Amino acid sequence: MPVHHLEETFQQTVDAEIKIEAKDWMPEAYRKTNLRQISQHAHSEVVGMLPEGNWITRAPSLKRKAILIAKVQDEAGHGLYLYSAAETLGMSRDQMIADLHSGKAKYSSIFNYPTLTWADMGAIGWLVDGAAILNQVMLCRTSYGPYARAMVRICKEESFHQRQGFEALLVLSKGTQEQRAMCQDAINRWWWPSLMMFGPRDSESTNSDQSMKWKIKRKTNDELRQNFVDMIAQQVKLLGMTLPDPDLKWNEARGHYDFGEINWDEFWNVVKGNGPCNRQRLQARINAHEEGAWVREAAVAYAQKQSAKQKKVA
Amino acid sequence: MNTQSNLPVSYILYLADNNLILAQRNSEWCGHGPILEQDIAITNITLDLIGQARMLYQLAADILNQQNGNQEATEDTLAYLRDERAFSNVLMVELPKGNWGFTVLRQYLFSEFQYLLYKHLSADATLSAIAIKSLKEVTYHVQWSREWVLRLGDGTSESHQKMMDAVQDIWMYTGELFDAAPFEDAPVLQQIQTVWQQRIAETFEEATLTIPENVFIQKGGKNGIHTEHLGYMLAEMQYLQRMYPNATW
Repeated sequence: MPVHHLEETFQQTVDAEIKIEAKDWMPEAYRKTNLRQISQHAHSEVVGMLPEGNWITRAPSLKRKAILIAKVQDEAGHGLYLYSAAETLGMSRDQMIADLHSGKAKYSSIFNYPTLTWADMGAIGWLVDGAAILNQVMLCRTSYGPYARAMVRICKEESFHQRQGFEALLVLSKGTQEQRAMCQDAINRWWWPSLMMFGPRDSESTNSDQSMKWKIKRKTNDELRQNFVDMIAQQVKLLGMTLPDPDLKWNEARGHYDFGEINWDEFWNVVKGNGPCNRQRLQARINAHEEGAWVREAAVAYAQKQSAKQKKVA
Repeated sequence: MNTQSNLPVSYILYLADNNLILAQRNSEWCGHGPILEQDIAITNITLDLIGQARMLYQLAADILNQQNGNQEATEDTLAYLRDERAFSNVLMVELPKGNWGFTVLRQYLFSEFQYLLYKHLSADATLSAIAIKSLKEVTYHVQWSREWVLRLGDGTSESHQKMMDAVQDIWMYTGELFDAAPFEDAPVLQQIQTVWQQRIAETFEEATLTIPENVFIQKGGKNGIHTEHLGYMLAEMQYLQRMYPNATW
């Protein structure tokens, strides 16, 4: 069948809301876009373990310690599902990891910010996971089947994380003066980077139109960002805290909150590698991988010896 | 087997401290494991150990509060507000995490001990519920860590050498497990030691590892005489509780 017929059939399948599966024909650009997006998402889960992992040994109670460890562990699990989903598009996990380490593949810029106080654990759960969920809920209906199914599982755990983050901040907001200050400070530092998580403005976003047509995305960056602002602007009142934006105001006519301009210079700088922790995050992943090389080699060697032994017996 | 419990609180704290301190060490792997699946596995063990520590600290706190007629002790006061000299964990669990080989070897040696101990404590009036629940978890810890000892011991020549180094580094700390403190039951420990030695010998043989002979035994943890590592670990672990007294988290 000529390619343009295939493309037509493909688009009809997408339009009919039938999921695209790994063995279906798909345009090369669709495969590449999904592979880039899913592997980037997997890397984000794994690199995202680091900023929160930074507080595991210092969590202030045994209960908080257990919750935090379980959460970071969930992220490792999400990384696994997503690497598996990406592998269905024809690239090995080893190759994806090599691309992360070489800087070819990206991960979410949010994880290049430092976690400076305990309140950051709450702020990450509430704001960062909150922003991620809006994106992920949309992705539960994405057109590529393996990705959509991975997202359904991930969303359940993520919304739990967000509630835990909010609850951790709620405790701080009702605590001592120092705890309340710690809470407000964390919100101040994480608010703008969280808004940046939705990516460039629609007018600047290169991949948006095609991704919408292929139903990889179903909402634009700006739509999702607005949903997020509307949600958080309400929730912050329950904490008795404020968001660090003097322009944040309910707009009756639009039925949405207006908000101030994002510092796009900062956004692009962090994307380009100039965030406060870009170098440390990547180096931590590379170190873990390199220090684990002898372990992985030994596991392979042992498995080979065992199967050779079994063959001998047989 | 004694079904009547007259276990002192110091014994319950000893069990709890072992779990917490090993969990704290293992938790350093989270996000840094040699492969994602094993990062998850060691973290599962960490979570189990914290869960066991919490049950034991809660029990100890209840007993202490009854004795003192107040409500001052909680799992967190016991974990976060005792000083180095008050912790009674064995030295083995506070040693730095080392490489993956050291971590899995320590886990294996300790889990085999815990397995036998919990089996014994399953019949204890006070501890049976905790011991029975923990035994299920520890059964998995033994299996998982034993598999890694085999893989690395009998893997490549590099991994074999690293495991032999790990054995040298840790062996002098194993005897403390069986050196009965006043709060322990010496004959029971002796029985456990005999079985423990058999099980370790079998695993080491399969893993092509050698048990060192005539090694001097380092001890002191049960009396609160620790290695220099514990102070740093507690300073890090306890800092928020120490910095903001009486705050709720």
